[in-house]
Amino acid sequence: MSLVVTRGRVIDPANATDGVQDVLIADGKIERVGARLPVPAGAEVVDAAGKIVCPGFIDIHVHLREPGHEYKETVATGTRAAAAGGFTAVACMANTSPVNDNRSVTDYILAKAQDEGAARVHPIGAVTRGLLGEELAELAELAEAGCVAFSDDGKCVMNAGLYRHAMEYTLPFGVPVISHAEDTTLCHGYAMNEGVVSTQLGLPGAPAAAEEVMVARDILLAELTGAHVHIAHLSTAGAVRLVRDGKARGVRVTAEVTPHHLLLTEEAVRTFDANTKMAPPLRTKRDTEAVLEALADGTIDCIATDHAPHALAEKEGEFDHAAFGIVGLETAVALLLDRLVRPGLLPLATLVSRLSRDPARLLNLPGGSLAPGAPADVTILDPDREVTVDPARFRSKSRNTPFAGWTLTGGPWMTIVGGKVVRL
Amino acid sequence: MRWTRKHLLTMRELDASEIVLLVDTAASLQEIATREIKKVPALRGKTIVNLFYEPSTRTRTSFEIAGKWLSADVINFSASGSSTTKGESFIDTAKNIAAMSPDVVIVRHSSAGAAELLARTLPCSIVNAGDGAHEHPTQALLDLLTIREKKAHFDGLHVAIVGDIAHSRVARSDIHGMRKLGVTVTVAGPPTLIPPFVQELGVKVSYRLEDAIRDVDVIMLLRLQHERMTNGLIPSLREYSRYWGLTLDKLAKHARPDVLIMHPGPVNRGIELAPEVADGPYSVILDQVAKGVAVRMGVLLLLAGSKADAP
Repeated sequence: MSLVVTRGRVIDPANATDGVQDVLIADGKIERVGARLPVPAGAEVVDAAGKIVCPGFIDIHVHLREPGHEYKETVATGTRAAAAGGFTAVACMANTSPVNDNRSVTDYILAKAQDEGAARVHPIGAVTRGLLGEELAELAELAEAGCVAFSDDGKCVMNAGLYRHAMEYTLPFGVPVISHAEDTTLCHGYAMNEGVVSTQLGLPGAPAAAEEVMVARDILLAELTGAHVHIAHLSTAGAVRLVRDGKARGVRVTAEVTPHHLLLTEEAVRTFDANTKMAPPLRTKRDTEAVLEALADGTIDCIATDHAPHALAEKEGEFDHAAFGIVGLETAVALLLDRLVRPGLLPLATLVSRLSRDPARLLNLPGGSLAPGAPADVTILDPDREVTVDPARFRSKSRNTPFAGWTLTGGPWMTIVGGKVVRL
Repeated sequence: MRWTRKHLLTMRELDASEIVLLVDTAASLQEIATREIKKVPALRGKTIVNLFYEPSTRTRTSFEIAGKWLSADVINFSASGSSTTKGESFIDTAKNIAAMSPDVVIVRHSSAGAAELLARTLPCSIVNAGDGAHEHPTQALLDLLTIREKKAHFDGLHVAIVGDIAHSRVARSDIHGMRKLGVTVTVAGPPTLIPPFVQELGVKVSYRLEDAIRDVDVIMLLRLQHERMTNGLIPSLREYSRYWGLTLDKLAKHARPDVLIMHPGPVNRGIELAPEVADGPYSVILDQVAKGVAVRMGVLLLLAGSKADAP
């Protein structure tokens, strides 16, 4: 079974390709990329004229909520949301119920993904048992079962000694630890960023320093252990400086940024809409400018959505009682195209790289490239498509987005996973 | 000047002329308290719900009396603790109450933004009677009415607000209201109780009581919650009262002889305020309470009264 994507503008940063080319796919793998390729007999043809053909986008920070919180999201609905949003693969965090801190949960997630997934699923194992920050999870067995990284995301491993041991113990597996960098003693009970807006609104704030203290600690621990530490959802200008400095000194530190930390500031909280509440919180304009600059220059390695589905009842009430987090899979690509690429703030090729090649490298995932032999995961963008964000049309089970009603030009047009067009 | 708003949610959103209208309206209603028959028919047939999610004596009673003197039907709904402990969410409770067609819902809640939340969810008028550490607009209005009565004007006045500014909705509403009327405001307290970037609200900051109260026209003390100690914000009540408690001695040494002492209540006697100051000649604390009823009558009248009934 073969498939040819014809006449599209192929942007493949891993192979320094940017031009109108055809992509020939056979047996679930990229066969060839080149101009005016002959179409094999019986091949399905996708005419991508005017479209942008990219290596499949990979979101390395997603909460699929299964097992345990299926009322928010499942592997089936979350991967449909991913495919609808242009993502061919996701890495899912361990804060399920039960926690993904043992092989049976990893196996369960992978089996679900095999049976019901519309996109590839790469589980991330817990660092500590039950995410309690007290004892290491069975990290070797989790790695063997297929976990591509370790993280207690949602919680910060406050015990530096234990975190050091996690970094050391996982060294042989060649996978990173991912830090949810937030010193809980500096931001106990917070609901938003600490600053003039939190002072005006009377909401408890988390200072930027609560994040930066932990980013600094984790860079030092990575330096000490030689481990690869990846900073999840980096959100402050100070954390950017720390990562930049760590990289310059040769420390194995990488970082991701979310679309919302690129596009929104604490000003959005003034509405008291709980869809502006997340961890880390929306910061200031100075921070959004710093993370964008860092994304452009590579200090921040990739974009990840921190897709965090919650039911309506968890988001419609009092701001300080509401759950943290927003969904992101179905809005990320359109938001970034419209708000960063269209106004010239980020080159298209850089965006494609930060969504495909760079996250793949970071977690040693297959994909992120259209080289012959690579998995035939392809994201095709329509640069002209105009869409108004309508949460009622999400494939995700949840609707918690601050972007409802935004009109965006450009977005995902077709998602191909393993050589097959995902039909939703 | 006509009142055009459906809700009273914050002082921050009001402009100076709206604040003056509210204060003037309250001032004109004060004499009702002196009548033998304390009742006017302005809100006859209107239903007002006091939706109180935090314990409150003064504010709830004040709103209730205000509604009753205006002949409205006033219903009290009190839920102790958070909405979730009752099993029904705040929004659900509010929607149920709204289904009974009240004209005004007065809400007190421990969460900042609770009044805004109701305003965008319910069809009726909402009055914010205190939402977390955000705002308490009717308290600010009664403070302004008290100050204007005692000082006759706001021009050139200087007010010191002393104590736990960080956790105080009263401080925020007072700051917005006073700054819009041209009053100079100094906030004072130990740095752990002063919220970040508070200067951007247009106030001065002082970390010494003696400096803060010098040459001011009004000293507003705030209640110190005992849990501030366990949270590591202050070392002890003893130390707090030693450095931040207002005593007659400090008053005589550093403050002007015509200074007004105000407090939104309830007072921690002997902590932020010595009893002889609270009960002394400078104190207008009970005037504040009395004005509270007039202010709340004014607010209810402007929100729910038909224009023909306006005095």
